[in-house]
This record gives sequence, structure tokens and C-alpha cells, in this order.
Amino acid sequence: MSTELPLIGDYSTPGTELSGARIGVVTFPGTLDDRDAARAVRAAGAEAVALWHGDTDLQDVDAVIIPGGFSYGDYLRAGAISRFAPMMAKIVDAANSEARLPVLGICNGFQILTESHLLPGSMIKNDHLKFICRDQLLRVENNETAWTNQYDKGEEITIVLKNQDGQYVADEKVLDELVAENRVAFSYVGWNPNGSRRSIAGISNKAGNVVGLMPHPEHAIESGFGPDHRGTDGLRFFTSVVTQLVGGKK
Amino acid sequence: MPRIVVDVMLKPEILDPQGKAIAGALPRLGFSSFEAVRQGKRFELTVEGEVTEEILAQAREAAETLLSNPVIEDVVNVEVVAD
Repeated sequence: MSTELPLIGDYSTPGTELSGARIGVVTFPGTLDDRDAARAVRAAGAEAVALWHGDTDLQDVDAVIIPGGFSYGDYLRAGAISRFAPMMAKIVDAANSEARLPVLGICNGFQILTESHLLPGSMIKNDHLKFICRDQLLRVENNETAWTNQYDKGEEITIVLKNQDGQYVADEKVLDELVAENRVAFSYVGWNPNGSRRSIAGISNKAGNVVGLMPHPEHAIESGFGPDHRGTDGLRFFTSVVTQLVGGKK
Repeated sequence: MPRIVVDVMLKPEILDPQGKAIAGALPRLGFSSFEAVRQGKRFELTVEGEVTEEILAQAREAAETLLSNPVIEDVVNVEVVAD
């Protein structure tokens, strides 16, 4: 009996593609959460398109998610080697182009976005040196990005946090800029789980099309599987970008 | 074959949690003279033949673009070690 395992996820299962939006999910060697991210895309009514790190064809996707995991085993620095993948060059160009391709980096994806200079700062080891996995309370600080427009400003949401190198660092000038330009997208609430500067959990670029965060919205999209076995607070990341793509309003 | 050694350290203003943990372990082994520890990375780039100025320049460029992240790290040393 042949048990052929696909190298990358098979997202060909028909879903409810309500919007016509096509959202790419990139897989690197060592990516873990590409399937969950693709599932979240389908749950939000869009079509998930598998993108391979070594390819250069963005397949005309309308947005891209760089999911979590340990690409290249976090060797050198988390995200440092993935940054130079052929697909990343295409994504960086598209994100900086006039079309402003929406890009979401989750966890390792966030680390890849900082290494790619799409987002400022960097991530170092958690201040307590331990891997952490918990349901994490966040505050939505900016609801005007491609990936947060379906949230209320100041709203508190709970999604999963799981990482080793999650301590967000940047110099004081960059941190002041991020705050002044309303580019802190999410803050940790109650407890800073990794020592991140100014409790920053996620940030955006100036245009608001690129967002990166350490916690995992794609693990909180379906009742029965999210935080507390019911939380679906992460789903609106994906409905936000679909809403923007179809030109809808909140 | 000669090697080019590249040393990378976290910038002084960046807290080094690993170094801090090592500093905490030293006294438990009786090493009580060390105030602080900072941990860095050493890369060895092996070169076939002679290390020319051009190759050394390439090593410096690689050190700044891939081996270190200038946001959090400094390249503190690039030197040739003969075998």
C-alpha cells in the first residue's frame, strides 16, 4: 500500500468560498501551522492557496499569511534563513508595491517579517528562557489595519500564545515611533509573557497592510477547539482581510 | 585550509537572557569571580586557498547581512586564522 505524504498541505478540499478572495499560505521547511492557517482562511469564507517557499509564483493571491513553526529549525536566528527564500522576495516586493498586498506573519511568520525588514525590531529569547504555551489575553490597539478592521479598538481578545523566542525588542526611537504612529496592533494584557518591550504582542507597517504578532489567531477560529474550548476570537483576523478585499465595510 | 572567524554578540543594550542564566549557574559551581556573562556566536568560514582581500570583504558582507541581525547584534570580530 502506498502512503504518499504530500510535502505541503493539500488545500484542495472544497470549502465555502463566499468571497472569491484567494489567500496564500506559505510553507517553509519546518513550518507547523500552515494547515491551521489554511483552515482559518476557509472558515472566513476565502480560498486558501498553498505557496511553497522555493517557488517564485505568487499565483495571483489577494493576501498572504506566513504561518508559525520553526522554519529551518530556528537555526542562526528565528526566521533568518527563511527571509532569503525566493518566495519571500516576491512577498516583500508585493507588500511594498502600490497594490499593498496584505501580509500577516504569525509567530515564526512575525520573526520572518522582521528579518525581512517589512516590520521593525526583532525577537529574542523569552526573558524567563522557557517555552511558553498558554491562552493569552490581548488588547486590540489598532483596528485600522488590513487584518484587524473587524475588531473594536480597545477590545480584549484571548488567543493562544506558544513560543520560545517571543521577546519583542527594538531601540527606544523605533518603539516611540511605533506608538506615535499607532502601529502597535496588539498588547499583552495582565501579564507580559515574554518580556516584550512595552508589552507589544503585534505591530503593523505604516500602510497597515503588513501585520505581525506572536500569538496564534488561527488556533482560535472554531468553537470547541480554541482557548477554553470555545474561544473564536482569532477568526476576525481572517474576516478582516476578506472584508477589505471585497471592499466591504465594518 | 584557512578559516575566517566571525564573532557576533548581542548589542550591549539588549538584555541577554541566556547569558544571565549562565551567570546564575556559575556560583553554584564555585566560580564566584564573574560579575556578568554575555553569550555570543562564533562562525568559521573555511576558504580553499588563499584568503584575498576580496574574499575577506565578502565575509564581512555576509557577517552584516546573514550572520548577524543589525537590529539586535553587532559583528565584533572578523579575522583570518591559518591552519
